[in-house]
Formats: sequence, structure tokens, C-alpha cells
Amino acid sequence: MRAFAALYAALDATTATRGKLAALREYFSSAEDADAAWALYFLAGARPRQVVPTRVLRELAREASGVPEWLFEESYQAVGDLAETIAHLLPEPGAGSDAPLARWIEQRLLPLRGAPEAELRERLRAAWRELDTLGRFVWNKLITGGFRVGVSRALVTRAIAEAAGLDPQAVAERLMGEWQPSASHYRALLAPAGGEARLGRPYPFFLAHPLQQPLESLGPVAHWHAEWKWDGIRGQLVCRGGAVFLWTRGEELVTERFPEIAALGAVLPPGTVMDGEILAWRDGAPLPFAVLQQRIGRKQLGPKVLAQAPVALVAYDLLEADGEDLRPRPFHERRARLEALVMQAGQPALVLSPVVTGHSWDALIALREGSRARGVEGLMLKRRESAYGAGRVKLGPGGEWWKWKIDPLSVDAVLVYAQRGHGRRASLYTDYTFAVWNDGVLVPFAKAYSGLSDAEIQQVDAFIRANTLEKFGPVRSVRAQLVMELGFEGIQRSARHKSGVAVRFPRMLRIRADKPATEADSLAHLHQLLHSGDPAP
Amino acid sequence: MSHRSQDLVQATPRGLYCPPGDFFIDPWRPVERAVITHAHADHARRGHGRYLAAGVGERVLRARLGEISLQCVGYGEAVTINGVRVSLHPAGHVLGSAQVRIDHGGEVWVVSGDYKVEPDATCTAFEPVRAHAFVTESTFGLPVYRWSSGAVLFEEVSRWWRGNAAAGRASVVYAYAFGKAQRILAGVDSSIGPIVCHGAVEALNRAYRDSGVLLPPTLLASHVADRAVLSRALVVAPPSAQGSPWLRRFGEYSDAFASGWMQLRGARRRRAVDRGFVLSDHADWPGLVQAIRESAATRVFVTHGYVPVMVRWLQEQGWDAQPMESEYGGEQDDGAETSDTPETITPGAAQD
Repeated sequence: MRAFAALYAALDATTATRGKLAALREYFSSAEDADAAWALYFLAGARPRQVVPTRVLRELAREASGVPEWLFEESYQAVGDLAETIAHLLPEPGAGSDAPLARWIEQRLLPLRGAPEAELRERLRAAWRELDTLGRFVWNKLITGGFRVGVSRALVTRAIAEAAGLDPQAVAERLMGEWQPSASHYRALLAPAGGEARLGRPYPFFLAHPLQQPLESLGPVAHWHAEWKWDGIRGQLVCRGGAVFLWTRGEELVTERFPEIAALGAVLPPGTVMDGEILAWRDGAPLPFAVLQQRIGRKQLGPKVLAQAPVALVAYDLLEADGEDLRPRPFHERRARLEALVMQAGQPALVLSPVVTGHSWDALIALREGSRARGVEGLMLKRRESAYGAGRVKLGPGGEWWKWKIDPLSVDAVLVYAQRGHGRRASLYTDYTFAVWNDGVLVPFAKAYSGLSDAEIQQVDAFIRANTLEKFGPVRSVRAQLVMELGFEGIQRSARHKSGVAVRFPRMLRIRADKPATEADSLAHLHQLLHSGDPAP
Repeated sequence: MSHRSQDLVQATPRGLYCPPGDFFIDPWRPVERAVITHAHADHARRGHGRYLAAGVGERVLRARLGEISLQCVGYGEAVTINGVRVSLHPAGHVLGSAQVRIDHGGEVWVVSGDYKVEPDATCTAFEPVRAHAFVTESTFGLPVYRWSSGAVLFEEVSRWWRGNAAAGRASVVYAYAFGKAQRILAGVDSSIGPIVCHGAVEALNRAYRDSGVLLPPTLLASHVADRAVLSRALVVAPPSAQGSPWLRRFGEYSDAFASGWMQLRGARRRRAVDRGFVLSDHADWPGLVQAIRESAATRVFVTHGYVPVMVRWLQEQGWDAQPMESEYGGEQDDGAETSDTPETITPGAAQD
């Protein structure tokens, strides 16, 4: 536990990738397989469900620290993180524990799940007594399911590969799919290349970069393939050996959630892997993301939902055909084979993502303008000669895949409520609620957390503190004075919201210090945007 | 039972005021007579008629305020102002810091200014003073603020420096030029390598050395030409140096920030430095509680910091506690150690 806590501290202490990589390499080259397996499990972003109810944890921490409830809450508000608050409030730290991470997880953490409350309390107290302050913090993070540290999965993969002298790509592939944190799985991960079974395992997704440079830098338009950027869920359909697996980009296996797509497994030849977008789809056009949302997180799919929210896989790449890995081949070749395959299948739930044809950059610019009416987010540009890479890597000059999104919709709205942030932004007011005018009254319609620089957050934080009207727990109501331009990707009617609308991905574009609150936009303006957001009939 | 009519210290728009003695303590507007607890900018301002302060801090105070009419007294030495006995007692905050003891006809009040109770090699240790009423700060008045001992902390700083020196990169630590910087100098293992100071820090080092405080030898960055020296050095600079061109001369470096706020991960990450060292010249929560207990005061007044929290907790523990308005520091959780914030003194910079 001590070594893992120290790794956590080292990763947390530095913002430099090089420093993080060195700390990871050092840990993985000396850790036992079973410990390394668990470390990888947590660092790669897997979150075991919370094993201890927050209520029990809070009560126990209050008892152990002898702090009254209100003071515990004040402390939590200042720290912004429950695990850290508790680590700071508990009395005299213990000596720390050199017991291996795997033993801490398997013998001390996992048995907590579902344990009777009395036993839970005794086990937690014992763990706290033993651990030092850093160990307590990391342990609290693990048991609350809130373990996160600023490393990407790709970086962890690279560190493990470097520590073991393997190709990072091979390790990344072995990590996709069902993977168990055990010594044997970890050893398999580090086995020499070749001869592995990969029945349901997907390939790492190739990710696009947002296009920020001028189009001319990409060279002739003829070198590029353009298609719509869909607003759905990125998915990979793996058909091998008579079985079918549908993976999301978050590496979640969702085959059962989308039976229409799963049924393709019976039609497609074995040894086929496709990359595409899971979309709610009807009559040759996408339905709004909100419709797809009805299908997400729903285990029971009644006929009503299936009829209201039909889905399709809009395919845009072919990664494997007849069991052959096509990823090193140029995109245009993969695309040609994909077209033939989709045509041959002839299934309504398998749609080919159409080519967007523009003979000049200007033509593409004009087509992109119409994105919103089509219910798409903009254009994707893929170099015709590009191989299918892994993750978000820039290969060659100018990159290989670009996402070229349309500018967001925007409104000028008034800040009305603020709440403190968490983690790095703890104790700063960073979470804001915005309102627009309706008949002389401000109606809240969106919450936004992102888009401001650190310096701007400081500025807004100071404004909030100086203009607080009331405090309700962690939330403050604020004098209606500060206007910000909010951007969002889409807007939908919503009966659940007071404003009657729900916006998608709201974020702050800029502070409109020049604008008095009285000149902020109105609800009527938002309702007008509703229509611009309607997909074309 | 109300003591209001006999209150020996009152919050007024110009500062904390002692009516029978007709003097102010650390006033924030110009007054005729000021008793100064210590030389940090939000406590010691220009523009007052006469100053009274602890003699050990004279050089620092004069270095910061220039020509002032200053009367110095030794710790524990009493002077009488308009029939009120006033004496200064060590507050352990920075060199020359003092608690002000006010005795009027047997009623005793103590204004503690800023203080810490843990030992500090660069200033006289905090001394508990018994009082009927105690005026306390509350900068770190939350139980999540608990400092580890200086020895543990300086070992941590030294280890970081040693590691960087071995890797051939400088170790830049941002610390307030007055107090914190000298405490680091006195605490680290100076055998690891050369110590280089920013000009703002070196000015205070001089005042400390002139006052008899033992500090290891330090170099001014501008006087070191040899890059090899800089690459092994511990560099002590004020926080304002972070991200400034002044740092270019060091080539590759690791940086750290020394402050009590570094206790919290969020604050540490906001600072965007490689390391955060939890080092404060204010009392932590146990320190505040200890000082209040040892004063044996029944009435407690809480100034700058987590005022409502401290007041409520004290009331629940049976003290007659209340807030006392002051203009020391400001909002407490903005990552700046408010008592130290201004790094340079500009004439007429009083915050009004």
C-alpha cells in the first residue's frame, strides 16, 4: 500500500508527462504482478462500485475525528473532496502499511461490499488506525470509488510496455475488452507477442484531433475523405467465431442494449470488425441525441422503446475482414471494402456513413454550414492514405483524422447561482447556474462548469463572494449582474426543466463584462434556437 | 453579563482601538499612535504619528517602513500609555512579532496579531500570556489544517533539493520574502549545495542577519555567473517570481511553493508547481486552540480568517466568543498567504 500511495503522490505532484512516466515505470518495474495488476486496474480508470455507503463513511469519520457535524461540513466545503477531508480530520496517523496492494484490495477492500454495518465500521477503523495520512487518503479514494489521478490510459500502457520492453500498441490491444486485475492476467499482458486468442477483443479506437489550423495547411482537398460528424455513441462491432460484441469508446460492452445491432452478427461474415456510430435512426436520418438517451442505461427494452427509439450502426471504417487486421492499409481501401460489405449485408440497422463530396475546401465549408439542420456536429476529415492508428496520435505532417465541428449555438445569460468546485477547483466557486429573461424574471436554464481560464475563474470567484445574496449550504445565490456568453451543441424541448428547454454540453465562451444584465438574452430567443436545431425533415 | 463599556480593545474604522489608552493596534488608516505587532504589510503601514514595536524587529520594520518615529521595547518590558500598561510578548510568527498585552486597572487583554506556537529558529518562540480577553487570528481556523513538525518538513525539502541537485536541476522554492524565506534558509540542510536568493529575499536576509539571526551563506542570483552552480542550487524567491523571466537563468528547474494552504490538494494543484510544502508562519487548528486555552481568557475575539467557524466552535466549547472586524488579510482561501501578500512597499499603498 505504501508503494502505491507513494506512486499516487508522485503522479499527483507533477504536471509533467515525463515525470509521471518515470514514476509509473519505476512502480511497474518493481511491483509484484498481483499488485501491478490492481495498480493498472485503478490507474487505467476502472472504478469499482463504491463499497462503503457515503453516509456510513461520514458518520464514522466524524466519530473518529471528534468533530461536530457542522464543522465536518465546513471542512468538506473547504477541501472539496470527501476522501481528503477525512484523511485530514482523522486523529494521529498510523505508521503506514507495507502490506501489498493486492492484499489490501482483496482481503480488506472487497470484503467491505455488503458487509454488515457493524463489521464495516470495525474494518474501516482498523484500516485507518494502521495507515498514515497519505495512505488514508488513497484508501478513502479507493473505497468511495472516487479514485482518479491525472494519467491517461495511454500513458499507463506506455509505462508498462517500457518497463517490460514491449510494444505499447500490443499492450494497448491486450488491455481492450475483458480484463481482470489478477496476477495471471498481468503476466499474460506482458507475455511475448503472438499466438493470443482475441475472440471479443476490440481494437483501440483511433481518435481525431479538433481542427484548429487553416484548411489550406491540410493540402489539396483531394487527399481527404469527408463525412459527417455524428452526434451519437462511438462503437465498435466485433463479429468473430459466431459471436458478436458491441463496444463503446469507453470500452463498455453494450451488445445487449442494442439488439438491432447485435443481430448483425448473424449476417456479417466471421472475422469482421467495424468502427461506427451508434445512433437513433429513422427513415435515413439521425434522431436527436435525446432519443438515443432513452436507450442508454436501460436494461429492459420493451417494444415501445424499441419502436420509439430505433437504432442503427452508421459504419465508417472496417478494421478487420475475414480475420485479417486491415488497420495498416490506407483508409480508401478499407472504405471500399466497407462499402461492399454493407451493401452485401443489406440490413436496415447497418448504414454506411455517406461520403460528403466537396471538390474544394470552399464547397466543404458551405456544406458544413448546413450541419445543424442535418442533426450532425460538423465534418470529419480523414486523410485518404491514413492507416487506422490507436488513440489520439498525430502521424505525419498535418495529422490524419480531424474533427471539424460547427460553432456552438450561443446565448448571453446571467449568472444567478454558484457552487464550489471539486478537486483542483475546491474552495473556488466554479460551478455556475445561468438564467435568461422571461417577462422581467430570470429563469435558470443551464449549468456550466467549463470554458474559463484559471485567471477568469479567480475573477468570477471574487465577484461571487462580493455579490452573494444568500447561502444555501454549498450554493450561493448571486446578485444578477454578471453576463456570460454560453455555448452549447444542441437544444431540445424539455418538460422536466422549468425553462422548457434543455441544452447539450453547455460551457462558457466568454465573460461579457461589457453587457449589463438587463441586456442578456430572453427565453423567447432560446425558443427560436429550438427551431434552428431541428433536423431537416 | 456585559463588559461592553469596559472593552479595552474595540474594532473601529481606523483599526483596533484601545479607548482608555487612546492608541491603535496595527491600524489600517493613519492614526496618531500605533502599536505594531509585526512588520507584515497588512499590520505595519506607513503614515502613523508614532510607532511602538518590539526591539528585535526594529531593523526589519525600518527596512520596510523607512523613516518613522519608532519607540522600541524589549519583550515583557512595560510602558505606560495614558495610564494603560502596555507590554509586548513573543508571538512566534516572524522576527520581532509580538502579542500586545494591555493592562488597565487589573483588566488584561491580549491582542495576538499573527502567531504560531511551534518553534522557529528565526524568531523568539510564542509565549502564552494570561488574559481576561484574548484577540486571536483564525487564518487556518479549520481542523483540516494541522502541520507536521518543522523537522519532518525541512527533511522533506532537503530530500527534494538533494534529488534535484543529483539530477542537475535547480530547486526553486517560492516563499514570502519576509519570514517564510528565512525560516527555510535556517531549516534546510545547507551542505547539499549553494543557496541562491532573489533580491527581495536577500534584503530581508540582511535585516535578519543584522538582528543576530543565524542564516547559512546565500548568493544573489545576479552575482553567480557559473551555470553549474545554479544547476545545483536551492533558489529562494518570492511567489511573484513564478513564471517570470528572472527564472530563465536557472535553465532546467523543479519548483515548489511553501505555504500552509499547500495542505490541500486543490490549492496545491491550482498553484501549478511540482511540489507543495506545508509550511506556515500561522498557527494550525490545534495551535490556535492551544493558544486560546493557555491564555485562560474567558472572552475570545476572532479576527481575520475562518471567523464564523472559529467563533461557533469556541462558543460550543463554552467560551464567550465573538467576531472582531478587521482589515487584516482578506478572503482566506485564494491561495495567497494574506499577511505576506505585498512583496514590495510603495509609499501611500495603504489599502483604503
